[in-house]
Amino acid sequence: MKRILFAAVGLLSLAGAVNAATLDEVKARGAVNCGVSQGLPGFSSPNDKNEWSGLDVDFCRAIAAAIFNDPTKVKFSPLSAKDRFTALTSGAIDVLSRNTTWTMSRDTTLGFNFAGVIYYDGQGFLVRKAVGLKSAKELQGASICVQTGTSNELNVSDFFRANNMKNGEVIAFGTIDETVKAYESGRCDVFTADRSQLAAVRLKLTNAADHVILPETISKEPLGPLVRHGDDQWSDLVKWVYFALLNAEELGITQKNVEEQVNSQNPDVKRLLGTDGKYGEGIGLTADWVVRIVKATGNYGEIYDRNVGPATPLGIDRGLNNLWTKGGIQYGMPVR
Amino acid sequence: MSDARLSGPPAASRRRWSWTDPKLRSSVIQIVLALIMVWLVWSFYANATANLSRLGIASGFGFLDNRAGFAISQSLIPYNESMSYGRAFVVGLLNTLLVAFLGVILATLIGFVMGVARLSKNVVIKALASAYVEVTRNLPPLFQIMFWYLAVLSTLPGPRQSWGFGLQPLLGSIGSGLSAIGLGFLGNPLSGFAAGLSAPSVFVNNRGLVLPRPIFEDGSMAILYALVAAVVASVLIGLWAKKRREATGKPFPAFWTGLALIIVLPLAASYAVGNPVSIETPELRGFNFVGGVRVIPEFVSLLLALAIYTGGFIAEIVRSGILAVSKGQSEAAHSLGLRSGPTLRLVIIPQAMRVIVPPLTSQYLNLTKNSSLGVAVGYPDLFAVFAGTTLNQTGQAIEIIAVTMAVYLTISIVTSMIMGWYNKRVALVER
Repeated sequence: MKRILFAAVGLLSLAGAVNAATLDEVKARGAVNCGVSQGLPGFSSPNDKNEWSGLDVDFCRAIAAAIFNDPTKVKFSPLSAKDRFTALTSGAIDVLSRNTTWTMSRDTTLGFNFAGVIYYDGQGFLVRKAVGLKSAKELQGASICVQTGTSNELNVSDFFRANNMKNGEVIAFGTIDETVKAYESGRCDVFTADRSQLAAVRLKLTNAADHVILPETISKEPLGPLVRHGDDQWSDLVKWVYFALLNAEELGITQKNVEEQVNSQNPDVKRLLGTDGKYGEGIGLTADWVVRIVKATGNYGEIYDRNVGPATPLGIDRGLNNLWTKGGIQYGMPVR
Repeated sequence: MSDARLSGPPAASRRRWSWTDPKLRSSVIQIVLALIMVWLVWSFYANATANLSRLGIASGFGFLDNRAGFAISQSLIPYNESMSYGRAFVVGLLNTLLVAFLGVILATLIGFVMGVARLSKNVVIKALASAYVEVTRNLPPLFQIMFWYLAVLSTLPGPRQSWGFGLQPLLGSIGSGLSAIGLGFLGNPLSGFAAGLSAPSVFVNNRGLVLPRPIFEDGSMAILYALVAAVVASVLIGLWAKKRREATGKPFPAFWTGLALIIVLPLAASYAVGNPVSIETPELRGFNFVGGVRVIPEFVSLLLALAIYTGGFIAEIVRSGILAVSKGQSEAAHSLGLRSGPTLRLVIIPQAMRVIVPPLTSQYLNLTKNSSLGVAVGYPDLFAVFAGTTLNQTGQAIEIIAVTMAVYLTISIVTSMIMGWYNKRVALVER
């Protein structure tokens, strides 16, 4: 029923008055409205006290810290893959930080702007070990469970077509929980999603060791936060919070040492932390915006290690998500 | 002075602009309300177009021709992911109509049986029917769909351990059973006959029900013609039998004659043109069965849940309809010598229909609308395919929601019209 609600809200607010500047609304409201997943360990999931954590969650906290100097001033809205875009279009949320793949149609015809790529991912397949598969090319004729409204739903059809694999069956479910339940009950041979999501889902299965992720990555899935078209200031703010997290890691500014780094003589550090120039004012904030962010959430590397890194249950190596200086492709634009 | 009274202004015109005139008051209120409605619709439209262009979102129905790109697990017409959103819309619509149509038939059957059973003098039957009604009416339909899907159908064995059904195992086991109890002269030839038949051709597993598929080759049209002829003949025989009964009082087994015609004629035609129909039997290859027709568990669980849930309501409607027929009617029928079966069928139900049909219509509408709950178990109905996936991929919220609303509205109005026509036929004819 949430679907109908969102559709209705979407219609009404599309038909409502033209929005004021998002940053002013956020400041007046006293909180950032942030759309997250309905529970995906490592990216956004609530604990038993309804405190949210994860990579996507920490990004919203970083925005809140930059604006309010308080990372708790975020209101999280759990959204299914299908409802997420209507919620953003309608103004129910200010930013969607929900492992969302950056695609051209979403960036253009759907009316959104992506702020960056917080996690470089790719689509994979989860199967039962007992089936004894070595490769996704052997999935001819298999039943495949996928969550509806995702880029995964489109990729899996293309993959089967491109490899001339026929007689397969794709069953699309509304939420991630329903999809996983159907896979677990044996309705499907395969569960397909982004690899990070497969790793998270595998941990939640009754016997994780009975399931294995196939080696193939069949698509590029650059996951990132996005905002509505039509408010360039807010779009810039979200984009530069992302770059600030990357630049902080590159310059070695961490949650622990940020207070000392304020006294640093390194010109790059001085510009980033606002002791030289007032770059924060360009996005409607004060000069020391990055100090507030890093104090609250740490830099990008700290956020990654805390939520999905090798020391966490997910245990995913940095790989592509390492800084460009360390063999990855994460690259923060210069503050200048 | 009658002249003076006549020359004065008439009473009606003096009160023309007065609020105490109910006619005037109500038309002013109606005009104001209509203006408010027009203004609301106009401002909705104007704001929507302004906001859409501000956000840079495309609008219009051009997207229907674009490539859909997603697969659909059940389709009554040929469909693959390289076809358009428009095609996907038709697939979803047909899936909705299929589950609604079969659901209405099944719910009506269940409802009538249970409604009559609840009035039975047999205590056990009555208790069972009451328990059925109370349980199904009082559990939410979404829960019932999930129950059938996750608690019943998903516990079936996987494709490799499928339950196979066919004439061979059935006859074979009867044969060996007969042999075992010393009736070898009957059992042995039966087992021999069974061994000559093909292996199981119907399979049940957690991927659904797999059935053999008839393949119609050249010459199959003869069978269709025979079937049409048989149906026409049955109708004519039925009309003739009714006329004769009304004229002479002699009964004629029109139903059984018609059934025999409908079965025998096509078979005879098929034999005459040299059996053009072949059967494609499903076989296990890789992950799933290949060949044959498959009924997916998403469909079965949705259909069962909708039929059983709505059947509970229909049972109560049927019961109230029967109770509304006065006791004198059945007493009169009994005193004319009718047994209780014909009394129910010929006297009670036709009168009860007058009470049953109007609320029955709203149950049919409920069932159709509740079919959109199928998205929870991945059934690809109109709501899931069009207002779900297509909306998500294209972002054309206003167009898609408007079309979806129009479709459900049309289905509901057509259902109401058919039921309205039927209601007129069964209504009390007042003279």
